[in-house]
Amino acid sequence: MKLAYWMYAGPAHIGTLRVASSFKNVHAIMHAPIGDDYFNVMRSMLERERNYTPVTTSVVDRNVLARGSQEKVVDNITRKDKEENPDLIVLTPTCTSSILQEDLENFVDRAQMDSKGDVMLADVNHYRVNELQAADRTLEQIVEYYIKKARKKGNLPEGKTEKPSVNIIGMSTLGFHNQHDCIELKRLMADLGVEVNEVIPESASVHNLQNLPRAWFNLVPYRELGLMAAKYLEKEFEMPYIDITPMGVVETARCIRKIQQVINAQGANVDYEEFIDNQTRFVSQAAWFSRSIDCQNLTGKKAVVFGDNTHAAAMTKVLAREMGIHVVMAGTYCKYDADWFRKEVSEYCDEVLISEDNGEIADAIARIEPSAIFGTQMERHVGKRLSIPCGVIASPIHIQNFPIGYKPFLGYEGTNQVADLVYNSFTLGMEDHLLEIFGGHDTKEVIHKGMSADSDLNWTKEARAELNKVPGFVRGKVKRNTEKFARERNLSEISIEVMYAAKEAVGA
Amino acid sequence: MTVAQPEGLNFECETGNYHTFCPISCVAWLYQKIEDSFFLVIGTKTCGYFLQNAMGVMIFAEPRYAMAELEEGDISAKLNDYEELKRLSLQIKRDRNPSVIVWIGTCTTEIIKMDLEGLAPKLEAEIGIPIVVARANGLDYAFTQGEDTVLAAMAARCPKKEVEAEKEERNAIQKLLNFGRQKEEVAAADREYVDHPPLVLFGSLPDPVVTQLTLELKKQGIKVSGWLPSKRYTELPVLEEGYYVCGVNPFLSRTATTLMRRRKCKLIGAPFPIGPDGTRAWIEKICSVFGIEPKGLDDRERQIWESVEDYVKLIRGKTVFFMGDNLLEISQARFLIRCGAIVPEIGIPYMDKRYQAAELKLLEETCKEMGAPMPTIIEKPDNYNQLQRIHEMQPDLVITGMAHANPLEARGINTKWSVEFTFAQIHGFTNTRDLLELATRPLRRNSNLKDLGWDKLVKEAAEV
Ligand code: SF4
Repeated sequence: MKLAYWMYAGPAHIGTLRVASSFKNVHAIMHAPIGDDYFNVMRSMLERERNYTPVTTSVVDRNVLARGSQEKVVDNITRKDKEENPDLIVLTPTCTSSILQEDLENFVDRAQMDSKGDVMLADVNHYRVNELQAADRTLEQIVEYYIKKARKKGNLPEGKTEKPSVNIIGMSTLGFHNQHDCIELKRLMADLGVEVNEVIPESASVHNLQNLPRAWFNLVPYRELGLMAAKYLEKEFEMPYIDITPMGVVETARCIRKIQQVINAQGANVDYEEFIDNQTRFVSQAAWFSRSIDCQNLTGKKAVVFGDNTHAAAMTKVLAREMGIHVVMAGTYCKYDADWFRKEVSEYCDEVLISEDNGEIADAIARIEPSAIFGTQMERHVGKRLSIPCGVIASPIHIQNFPIGYKPFLGYEGTNQVADLVYNSFTLGMEDHLLEIFGGHDTKEVIHKGMSADSDLNWTKEARAELNKVPGFVRGKVKRNTEKFARERNLSEISIEVMYAAKEAVGA
Repeated sequence: MTVAQPEGLNFECETGNYHTFCPISCVAWLYQKIEDSFFLVIGTKTCGYFLQNAMGVMIFAEPRYAMAELEEGDISAKLNDYEELKRLSLQIKRDRNPSVIVWIGTCTTEIIKMDLEGLAPKLEAEIGIPIVVARANGLDYAFTQGEDTVLAAMAARCPKKEVEAEKEERNAIQKLLNFGRQKEEVAAADREYVDHPPLVLFGSLPDPVVTQLTLELKKQGIKVSGWLPSKRYTELPVLEEGYYVCGVNPFLSRTATTLMRRRKCKLIGAPFPIGPDGTRAWIEKICSVFGIEPKGLDDRERQIWESVEDYVKLIRGKTVFFMGDNLLEISQARFLIRCGAIVPEIGIPYMDKRYQAAELKLLEETCKEMGAPMPTIIEKPDNYNQLQRIHEMQPDLVITGMAHANPLEARGINTKWSVEFTFAQIHGFTNTRDLLELATRPLRRNSNLKDLGWDKLVKEAAEV
């Protein structure tokens, strides 16, 4: 058992539902107790979805516990098949079905006999995988299912599209700014003269999955969702895939160069250097922004980054490499894919934190006292308590992170959005401090900014008054350094003398 | 109590395939109500995910709630439940020092048959904090019934008189300090009440509403001896055999049963104090049990109706459809029919005809008096079928969960999110305006927008 107050990634079935309900005309039936269809609320609220979420429940109740759910599941599947004629019904196990150990596979086979549409059981185990892993696996499973089906029927199209083309893999419902990213990537592909063959799973039809092999390559913009499908297609059809997230100026260029390499290897003859140069210098504002005086003022400012692998890694690189910001700590909650994260960010930050424990992350932020945080909604609230501004860069997110206006994080327009987000976060914080400085010496009590243990040291009245003269934004740091200095020398009281000795010692 | 089977109301039962909140959601309002409690939900990531998202911003306010998240070792019984729960409960004791820990059993603890009721007394003795067990799971209950399971468990913990005497002993010094004054005040206060057997009310309401309803009864000379739950676990009301109890919410049937069977209390079966008509009927019923002639209720009710006429006229003649998810539906429908609405269908997760007998009777009478058609009450509704009926009959307002609200709005059908009624203050005379404010908001909003002309915002508007 684990005491938990907050989780970053949801349970497995959420991942399956996100993928299934992203497709057009695919219905998911959860094998779950009543009350587990909260996914429908989230989709309807967060995405402001106009259509009924194609997810229903085959309810597990006392009767089911006593007698098993065979008839019920089969009936629910065939009923839904008749009511809505979905192309595919995905039976989705939950934590409850994981321990009931019923033969769901068998129910699916039986239901298939009476259904016009296809029926499949999502291959996810609540106790082994989380939302993100389950989403990745479900997408692979659906792709594989329809490739095999087409192959069996002899429907797999031969050869490639005439012009270079791409499948964009991994866009899904409830994904962080996915809809905007998707538009931006399509634009980028159009600019590059690359046709978009298929986008999956968002708004895709399962009938089109057999066309996937016609693309020249696959683009997987997010680390968490799509890689398994891309690897499957690579294995089956030797389709190359690109898993460079085009977020930030440098990475977008890297992604484009990789596209160039991949399609030229298949006989295209493109040179994107001029495009990259033009976009970088004149279209995107981000490169110019990093040269401007605004950004100069951010040099060496401290930041902490936390989120999923994709966004935390990309953000760390943007901050450190493109804006000269000092990323003290970068972290991810994707524990299952921690090695990748470490490899991506290690050279751009001082520390790496891999954790699913929001308390640990909050404590780290309190200790570091960055000028800005880039994290999830949880880090935003930590920032609120510590009066440190926070830009939200990754799920879990709230309704305000599903903006109506166009806000991609990827591609060249994405670089502009990211620059705004970074700059606004830092200036917000600076304005606060300026107000404080020019408001004269404030008489506010020193607020200890630690989230956990309180200080055991005594400050003399004079020292405390002196500390209060230190401008707010460095006060916490001065206090901490002084206390560290005192502790190392076993001093229990901090006088003005100790304070200045500490300052000289650490050069604070 | 006789089972009143109102004639005229139609009862039906569908498949039970409807959307509702998991009953563990009661944690969200109960931890706020019972200030010295800590709620430990013993379940999986699924439960945690639901609570985290359903509680919204509350989750960031360091709530006195946590998940004991079961891992594979717990399921396969590789780990010892008792030791695991002890470890977590001690951690909670150390970090938060609550006066009670409420264990919420979930679907998983049911299926693996974790004996929470057996473990709790042992652990309670060992760590010195009361542990109350409520099995508020999605296998057996819907949404607000979660509160019912918690209060039924708490009812067993309410002290008897002797214990109360001990407590006073402990507070002796404080008593001494303001002895004279208190005694006089108590005596003066008691003169305002009629002599009647002790009355304890049950149901968790926000403190202002508790005060309002208590004062409302005080006007009739009725003293509320206690309230289950109280603001603090340590202040749970005394319950003795023969005490009278009365519910304030329609979903508290287990609590009512527990109070009657285990605590030997007498249940006053009244309609619920929702809407001025309900509040009046509630007070009248309590008065009649104590042989009190109610004073001034006529005027009080009339004044309230007059003061909200601007809202009532928006509802008059409108059809309202309840999809059903929180068990408040019968009382709300009865109130809206009194306002002049027509209610074709009342969906409800679970219908206790005994506990709700007086409310059902009032609903029926209200229909007759208002000349409104009798609604069909659909227990365990089927949302898919309901949507077909909604699209067919095109009601003016659908009271529904969030899963269906936006899709219905996009098809030009006004909706009100039902969950808001569970969190808003809707009880008593005083909150009538708030209740109507909620119910009419979609009508007012959409009449503000009505000239714009885009009320159907999906391509094939009528399709489900
Ligand atoms: S329905 Fe059961 S498994 Fe689902 S959240 Fe509720 S208690 Fe947990």
